[in-house]
Parts: sequence; C-alpha cells; structure tokens
Amino acid sequence: MIRMRTIEISVGAFVLAGILCLVFLAFRVSGVGVGDTSGTYMLKARFNDVAGLRVRSKVSLAGVTIGRVAKIGVDSETAEAIVTMEVTDDVKNLPVDTGARIQTEGFLGGRYISIIPGGEDKMLGSGDTITNTQGALVLENLIGDFITKMGSK
Amino acid sequence: MLRYLRLLGQWALDWIGALGRASLVWFWSLAGLPRRGDMTLLLKQVYQIGVLSLIIIILSAFSIGGVLALQGYTQLSKVGAEESVGLGVALVLLRELGPVVTGLLFAGRAGSAVTAEIGLMKATDQLSAMEMMGVDPMHRIVAPRLWAGMICMPLLTVIFNAVAIWGSALVGVDWLGVDAGGFWGGMQDGVERWEDIGKGMVKSGVFGMVISWIAVFQGYDSTPTAEGISVATTKTVVYSSVAVLALDFILTLVMYGEFK
Repeated sequence: MIRMRTIEISVGAFVLAGILCLVFLAFRVSGVGVGDTSGTYMLKARFNDVAGLRVRSKVSLAGVTIGRVAKIGVDSETAEAIVTMEVTDDVKNLPVDTGARIQTEGFLGGRYISIIPGGEDKMLGSGDTITNTQGALVLENLIGDFITKMGSK
Repeated sequence: MLRYLRLLGQWALDWIGALGRASLVWFWSLAGLPRRGDMTLLLKQVYQIGVLSLIIIILSAFSIGGVLALQGYTQLSKVGAEESVGLGVALVLLRELGPVVTGLLFAGRAGSAVTAEIGLMKATDQLSAMEMMGVDPMHRIVAPRLWAGMICMPLLTVIFNAVAIWGSALVGVDWLGVDAGGFWGGMQDGVERWEDIGKGMVKSGVFGMVISWIAVFQGYDSTPTAEGISVATTKTVVYSSVAVLALDFILTLVMYGEFK
C-alpha cells in the first residue's frame, strides 16, 4: 500500500504539470500578436474585391503585423466591400493618402492587407476610411481576361 | 417472425432500462461527492486514474508528435512550405488528435481498470457488505472515480498536447532542420487561444465525463461472475471508444461547423 503522502505529492505534481503545460500552450504555442483591443483604433477601407480575405486576417505595414481585420461588410449602393481593421496604437501616424492592398502570403498562404503609407501631412484618425486601395487579384479573372483578349485578336 | 419482433422489443427495453440506470448512477454519484473528508478518496483515484496514466500518455504523445512532424515535413517540403509543419501539427493536435487519442488511451488504460475493480467488488459482495454497514457504495466507490475521471482527462490532454508539440519540434527543428523561427512563429500566428486550445479542452472535458461514466456504470451494472466482469470490461473499452469518436464528430460539427 502506497502511503497517502506519496499520493498527495504525486497528484500535486500531476496537477502542476498540467497547469505548466497549459501555460506553455497559451504563451508559446498560441499567438501573442495583437490580441487585446485595448490599444487599437479602427480604420476602414473600401475595396472592389476582397475575395479570400477573412475576419482576423492580418494587416501589415512593411511586412510587420500591425493589426487584424475586424469586420467585412458590403456597401450595396456602390457594390464595394467595406473592411474594418483594428490597428495598434503604435502606428498612429498614417497619412490620409495611405494605400491599402490585398496580397497573398506565399504561394498557398492566406490573404492579408498590406498598408502603404502616403506622403500627406494630415493623418488618418480613428474610423477614417482609406480610399486608395487595390483589391484582391483573382487568378481566375486574370486568366478569363487573358483568354477573351486572345480570342478577340 | 413475431418471435424476432419480441426479441427486438426486449432488447430495446433492456437498453433503455440500462440507460435509465446509468443516468441514476451518474446523478447520485455527482450529487454524492461534495462532503468533507472525501478529499482522500478523490486524491487516491486521481492518483490511480491520472498519475498512473501519465507514462502511456507521454510516450504516445511524443511518438505521435514526432510522426506528424515527419509526415508533414515529407509532404510540405515538396512545395517548399516546410515551415508550416509547426502550425499544421499544432492545429491537428489541439483541435482533434489531442483530445481523441488521449480519450482512447484513457478508456483503455483507466476506464477498463475502473470497470474491472468495481465489477470485482460487486462479484465478491463487497458492495453489498458496504450497504450492510450503512456505507453508501455510490458515494464511497462510484463518485470518487467519476469525479477523478472528469478531473484527469483535461489535465492529461493538456500534457499530451504539450509533449506532442515538443516532440514535433524535436523532430522537425532539431532533426530535420526546419527553421526554428518559422516553426514557432507560424504556430503562434495561426493558433488561437479560445478557438483552438479552448475548444479542444471543452472536448476533452466532455470525453472525460462520458468515459468515466461508462466505466463506472459498466462495473456497477456487471453480472457478478468472472465472465460478467470480462464482458463489462470489454464493453467499457468498446463503448467509450465509439462514444469518443462519435462525440468528437458531433462536437466538431457544433463548435467549428459553418452553420450556426
């Protein structure tokens, strides 16, 4: 018969190991990134096509993740997509003529929004809209255009 | 013809009756535990069910993590995306393999032992003896095992996941030479706390509850003979495994399914 004390200690160690593993999973395995919304502000952008972009897709500036896509909606009057982004407060000085472009990460990667700063003196504030945008390049459309042009020649 | 119909009806009634008895066992033992002085009973069972399962969990986790990294690397390096190994392995483990494989191992290692133990107690009239002495076997025998199972499964799953991810890093990064930054970075970018880790833990909690429920009930409800115990033990492992796999499908559908 094993002594009660041994059982207590080993159960304690077992629970402790479980908690340590959970901490490992929470901090080493899952994202540290822009998790909380406390230090962020909202930016909007209008795109003609956001195919492949998802909520929580990355927003990056010069290749560094500075935010996430918070919402994707559609403006039925202009038939444009309106993307709402959460951008960290560290990047507060984006000029009003800043551009946004939807790009693909690697060969098979997901879509993300690349921010290209402009040169104006006035800065974008919270809730402002980026109008200088370039939507997603859809490979099927490009191939379709190419074939039509070839055919009309 | 009528005879078969009658057999079918009898079988269905038996089955529904068993479900009713099982629900009663579950209800009484859940209600039965929270009393002072029960900590010792519970601790002993957590030791029996959880701590003693650690070795098989850690060994399996390590080899499964390593194999996932090897297989993932072989395929992904063909398209030059071997850095995605980390993300792929982590998602597969946290969402599916972690809870499911831990559940299956847990059913085989701990569930069968619980059934056999309670079954033997019943066969040797220890349970009746307890009742004679005015000790409620539901409270003293069944409840601690049920609670211990529900406590141990999530803990074992967390340990399984962590060890498996560590094993895949060992194989992928240290052995096959995947870039460590890409491996861990890709993982951190893609894995979300609630969506991946949290929902995986919900699964493991549900599995733990169902497996220990099946185990204690099969033991408590077994025919008190040597053959009866062996049948009950087999039933525990078979039912738990099927329940884990079927519940995993349902839980995945509910939690990750596109329809809301």
